[in-house]
Amino acid sequence: MQTLYTKLKQLFKLGELTEQRQDLAFITVAQEQLRPLLLHLRDREGFTHLVLLTAVDWMEEGQFQLTYLLNDRAGARDIGLRVMLPRDSATMDSIHDIWPTAATYQRELREMFGIGFPDSPGVNDEFILEGWNDIPPYRRDFDTLKYSEENYSHRPDRETTDPAQHMKQQLYPDEG
Amino acid sequence: MGYQPDRSQYPQQREDGSLDIDLTSGKYLKLWQGPQHPGITGNMSVELTVCGDEVVEGKTHVGYLHRGFEKLMERRSFIQCFPIVCRICVPEPDFNEYCYAAAVEELAGIQSPERADWIRTLILEMGRINSYLMYLGGQAGSLGQGVIGQWTTYVRDLMLDRFEELTGARIYHMFILPGGVRGDLPDGFNKRMEETLCEIENVLKDVYETMFCNAVFKKRTVGLGYIDPELIEPYGVTGPTARAAGVAKDVRKDQPYLVYPELEFEPVVGTDSDVYARADVRRRDLLMSVDLVRQILSKMPNDGKLMTKLPNVLHWKIPRGETYIRGECSRGEYGYYLVTDGSGFPRRVNVRGPSYTHAVALLERLIVNINISDVAGLMVSLHTYPPEIER
Repeated sequence: MQTLYTKLKQLFKLGELTEQRQDLAFITVAQEQLRPLLLHLRDREGFTHLVLLTAVDWMEEGQFQLTYLLNDRAGARDIGLRVMLPRDSATMDSIHDIWPTAATYQRELREMFGIGFPDSPGVNDEFILEGWNDIPPYRRDFDTLKYSEENYSHRPDRETTDPAQHMKQQLYPDEG
Repeated sequence: MGYQPDRSQYPQQREDGSLDIDLTSGKYLKLWQGPQHPGITGNMSVELTVCGDEVVEGKTHVGYLHRGFEKLMERRSFIQCFPIVCRICVPEPDFNEYCYAAAVEELAGIQSPERADWIRTLILEMGRINSYLMYLGGQAGSLGQGVIGQWTTYVRDLMLDRFEELTGARIYHMFILPGGVRGDLPDGFNKRMEETLCEIENVLKDVYETMFCNAVFKKRTVGLGYIDPELIEPYGVTGPTARAAGVAKDVRKDQPYLVYPELEFEPVVGTDSDVYARADVRRRDLLMSVDLVRQILSKMPNDGKLMTKLPNVLHWKIPRGETYIRGECSRGEYGYYLVTDGSGFPRRVNVRGPSYTHAVALLERLIVNINISDVAGLMVSLHTYPPEIER
């Protein structure tokens, strides 16, 4: 992977490389470098399979991380491209013209994280949620417990046990 | 406009590329197949626009069983996530357990014992057999052959018995956890497994003669839902769907994991890339899994540790990192993308199920210009399980 990174670095402005395994590496890429890099990897380096496209919310750092994971089957290797976006105005170029299936991922990311993908087909259509009017639920600042307490009621006469306390008693009964 | 469906027939496209469908004209009709419909694979639905009995457009709708697993796991410790993950895919839950366990092990720097890896592989192949048996019944049922499902459910039930004696559970096994597996093979397991495998082989002979040699089944499936091999990569198609198009994609061979390097097998490949070819690839793959289970049981070391000692799981913190673990499930590439931030909870878990690409982008493309009565057969042939779309 180091060889590929060195090769790519001559052509693109790349950020940090993380070699997770011999066959898996992650590279941080600037937003504007992504499209040419994806096309290069797909057309020249054999990374023809878009495995997944997803986001990670680094709320404390005020950033979203988009991860584009590509697979080169012949070379038996994967590369993950990390693109960091500002959390308050997260918008990214669509890649549905490179992989048509990316449109589905982008539709989900817009709905679940509120990341905009202008020009992606049907990106504003509801995907999983219906009539949702709260903040996008997969953002870290969306509190699922609070939402449940506010919107649903407890079943009467039902006892609940704190799972953490229960596990502690079951697994480590001697630990006070 | 590369990779767009072949709309050789009506309706016409407007200048902006959208379809010129005027529902008030009386020429077109909206028809919902699902979410409650015998011809749908689980809790999803396809919104069809039909002209006569021909589909001119189809849109996949999901969200009927969204339980927010990925978000839920961000509030759970690593060990608490373990019994959650299997619920993401009902008919073949073990891949969730394996991928999650392997991802946690990698980021935490833990190695599972060798014998545990053999048992994990055994569980995954048993799960694959179950999933294929369910599929065969569904595929035949979608085209009117109800009896096949009864036969395959019978042998699937025998395999569930083996699961029960091995793991204590029939559907959600919760057996593969970070660090290894929960238990060893019970006494006499090999003998009972051999009897089950023989019974499966017997039933599959009947299935082959009744289903695959049936003139009606052939007439309705040959040529239906053709997937051009050139679409495989752009649409992220994996597993038997890709192999039926002649692309020998199989993670077990391409990027071997667990003990697959020590097993002898070749990916099952088809050529015609239609519904019949996909069904046949799965039938042969099932037989290969039967052979793999026999190989695993005969080559497995007789003793050894099953679990690596874990740190106190209630205070288990994993350093910041990210990884992706994949496996070849019965539908294609199944994977877990796990991100940790040094705390006791995952920062992000993303599940990559093959249905995500197959049931949305690919199905919406293939469904154009087919007959309404073939929609169920086509959809089942992509072997989709909706929970892994909406996690």
